Amino acid sequence: MRKELRLTVNGQPYELYVKPKTLLVEVLRNNLGLTGTKRSCESSSCGVCTVILNGMAVKSCSILALQADGAEITTVEGLANDGKLHPLQRAFLDYGAYQCGFCTAGMLTSAKALLDENTKPTEEQIREAIDGNICRCTGYNSIIRAMTAVMNGEYKEEK
Amino acid sequence: MINDFDYIAPKTLKETLTLLDQYREDYKIIAGGQSLLIMMRQGLIKPNYLIDIHGISELNYIKTDFKKRLRIGALTTHRAIERSPVIKKSFSVLAEMENRLASVQTRNWGSIGGNLCHGDPAGDPAPVLIALNATLTITGVHGERNILVEDFFLDYFETVLEHGELLSEIQVPTIPSNTGIAYTKFNVIESDMAIVGVAISITLTSKDGHCEDVRIVLANSAPKPMRAKQAEDLLRGKKITDHLLKKAGEISSDEADPISDIHASAEYRRELVKVLVKRVGEEAITRAKKS
Repeated sequence: MRKELRLTVNGQPYELYVKPKTLLVEVLRNNLGLTGTKRSCESSSCGVCTVILNGMAVKSCSILALQADGAEITTVEGLANDGKLHPLQRAFLDYGAYQCGFCTAGMLTSAKALLDENTKPTEEQIREAIDGNICRCTGYNSIIRAMTAVMNGEYKEEK
Repeated sequence: MINDFDYIAPKTLKETLTLLDQYREDYKIIAGGQSLLIMMRQGLIKPNYLIDIHGISELNYIKTDFKKRLRIGALTTHRAIERSPVIKKSFSVLAEMENRLASVQTRNWGSIGGNLCHGDPAGDPAPVLIALNATLTITGVHGERNILVEDFFLDYFETVLEHGELLSEIQVPTIPSNTGIAYTKFNVIESDMAIVGVAISITLTSKDGHCEDVRIVLANSAPKPMRAKQAEDLLRGKKITDHLLKKAGEISSDEADPISDIHASAEYRRELVKVLVKRVGEEAITRAKKS
């Protein structure tokens, strides 16, 4: 039997009906068409499905959609504002923090969650924030450099 | 594939207990679900009813009582424990353990009670709580009972919880003076589970620094978290030397009952117990002297 689910995703309210076994990542991708969030290991190991739920980075493959009832969620699609890329996204471009790009949505949302709660993290805290996100291409250094640049204020939000 | 199930999200503890009583053996409780959903996806657990207690705020708290005991509601997230000022100040080993438990994302959603009830012998909280001599409160429709964390586990993924009961609170007594507690785990990737974990609490006598009391707890070295009691007996009452700690590691290794799996052979785990008991014991002594 389907149950009612209310979510606010990237500022937009949604009301839908889902089977209880539906995972949050499935709602985001299949029901809402927000395919920026990826699926991969489906066992909480890789971090590509990371989204920000009520201000916290979480793995959307390991949460039932109904457990997120009433929550405010930010996915990678919610980072850009009115067509202007988020500072993190511009830094990722400039520092070559992508290769295949599959981990990027998760890296960006984990980085955003860190930036939101701590504007002056240490390098150790930056590394820890993406500890749950696996990247098999970049060796992480370019990602950490990009995040550090944003934390150091090298990128401002474009108005 | 996850099986279809009916989903109920009670709002209060009372409502939850009534549901548990009503559905008897057909339900599974989900808290954060960080372990449960993986097992459901593998088809290992197929409940007819899933009772979601994640939103029950009355089981989500960190406080100290009049005896200065630490009381943690079962639904408190790992992240909240990791960041709690009270815990960082007076029970810092708990915060340290949580900092190394899985990834930030998992700690943000997963709860300490869910971790304990999952009963995985590789779990991080249980060995530290046993070293801290912590107690659990189990609540059922007919009342409450208390049990030491050390007596909570029966076997792999099996605890003393009966149908109709849930874990409601964790109580940690104040740490005696001249006591040092340390925990470490051996793993390949920082956010992985322990291949072997060791928690040790050592209390030294104030006048001559002999070992007054000791608890050596091994994780993922047996079907459930276990104390290496013979090794503890060796240390109790003695001046702890390097040689004696090494011997305690060897005895702990003999007491352990590990299995071989994809992560390590039983032989390798026994070797790890030897090394880690000595290493963690040294750290516990250093901390006891500083306390």
